Amino acid sequence: MSILVYAESWEGKFRKNTLEAISYAKQTSNIFQTDVKAVTCGKIDDIELDRLGEFGAKKVISYPNIIKSDGKAVASILQQEVEDAQIIIFSNTFNAKIIASRISSKLKAGLVTNVISYITNSSDICIKKQSFSSKAIETVRLKSNIGVLAISPNSFEIKNDSVDVEIEVKDQEIDSEIIILGKDINKGKISLSEAEVVVSAGRGLKAPENWGMIEELADTLGAATACSKPVSDMGWRPHSEHVGQTGKAIAPNLYIAIGISGAIQHLAGINSSKVMVAINTDPEAPFFKAADYGIIGDAFEVVPKLIEEFKNLKDN
Amino acid sequence: MKILVCISSVPDTTSKINFTDNNSKFDADGIQFVINPYDEFGLTKAIILKEQLQAIVTVITVGDSSVEPVMRKALAIGADNAIRVNLKAEDSYSTAKEISNYIKENPFDLIIAGKESSDYNGGVVPGIIADIVGIPFANACNGLSTDGSSAELSREIDGGIETLKINLPLIIGGQKGLVEESELRIPNMRGIMTARSKPLEVIEPNETTTTLTESILFEKPAQKKGCKMISSDNVSELVNDLHNVAKVI
Repeated sequence: MSILVYAESWEGKFRKNTLEAISYAKQTSNIFQTDVKAVTCGKIDDIELDRLGEFGAKKVISYPNIIKSDGKAVASILQQEVEDAQIIIFSNTFNAKIIASRISSKLKAGLVTNVISYITNSSDICIKKQSFSSKAIETVRLKSNIGVLAISPNSFEIKNDSVDVEIEVKDQEIDSEIIILGKDINKGKISLSEAEVVVSAGRGLKAPENWGMIEELADTLGAATACSKPVSDMGWRPHSEHVGQTGKAIAPNLYIAIGISGAIQHLAGINSSKVMVAINTDPEAPFFKAADYGIIGDAFEVVPKLIEEFKNLKDN
Repeated sequence: MKILVCISSVPDTTSKINFTDNNSKFDADGIQFVINPYDEFGLTKAIILKEQLQAIVTVITVGDSSVEPVMRKALAIGADNAIRVNLKAEDSYSTAKEISNYIKENPFDLIIAGKESSDYNGGVVPGIIADIVGIPFANACNGLSTDGSSAELSREIDGGIETLKINLPLIIGGQKGLVEESELRIPNMRGIMTARSKPLEVIEPNETTTTLTESILFEKPAQKKGCKMISSDNVSELVNDLHNVAKVI
């Protein structure tokens, strides 16, 4: 028996969410008293493969010639590597959900996405997940022998738990049914789903040209930027930044909402944030009921002060 | 060209969520149901393709009779016919399996689902359908053009956008960007009238379909302790609290 984890790579490296998945797999393997086997697809630096051992992967199998965007190909690789694995773990990314759903179907294995709890016993497995766009936490029981879990980013610790890692590189190729025409990577920007700090702004900013200070604040904090639905609908910001019930659900350590009133649909996507700060001119804004810290004030006055204070903190 | 749109009937996005039967089931009492917002983008895209390419648009929902008002709305927006699989959707696998059974009997060129439903947020039904039916799947799709034989599409990956070319038949998990919010259609009176006479066929589920997961309990997230208000003249206090008390920066 083993715990299988899909180590999704990004531009030849492993990101934080993948290391979270490895650590989660290691924790799970302790419950099952077994080892962690990681599989990765796409070209990746050798030193990166070694790194997975630092977080508890006993065996790492790399398929450099498999196109990681081709979920069907990756799923068939995982199927051939599944052996006697009882639990298969993914980070909850868009790509991983393609692969996880396919492998779940192939193995008739119950699949739980948006997972926010560890597995605590090796039989009658029950898992907590985010549900109803984070308005509820749902406990799901697996009815199958094998379970597939996609764990919510930024919800589990990355733990150093070094083991002697065995690395195997396999040169297998699979013809792809998709043709990749292009890729537009957000260079130098942290992805919204794994950001520890998110700076988000809404209609209170009045116009798209006023986002300079939001980006400056985000840069100061090493944060990702996000926005409310109306702002993305008006085309002020890209759809990929829209957080809330019909956009993305995120769980950063710190969420700073500027000029966002805090409608129930917006709060649904962000209320898993550990700490929330609301800045709004309207003292009646519903966000002040949900936030941990609130400032009643004009964004154009408060944000420059915040940037200055955060810079001071960094300098000291 | 034949297009199938998979639709979920979900609580209106403004709904307060409650549970019943010792918090083991969603409490639908007093809830207004709507087309899952991600599916609505997909449905609108299908109607636009129908107008461009003379496609036929079918909608399918797995659910009991309570989902029919939402299906009628889809017909009023412009779908040609509707299929309801008479099974209360209980897990992603059984839902996907039932839709797959229908697709195997009635092939489509393009199948559009949402990237997830806004109730149980599984986000895996289209991927399971892709595996069972044996067709490609593009998730989190935010742009698509097709000539009826292949599709060029863009999809969100975590940290960027990827553009792909895939031959039909194909299934996508759609989201905003497939069409813009401003392009969403509100049923007009004529649409509502004609929807009443459009076919809504009820088919029985396959008896052998099994579920692989089971919801056993729902909880509300823990309530916040309350908001500490800080004066806008005292921003340094906030920064200090975030650093020293909350320890998040």
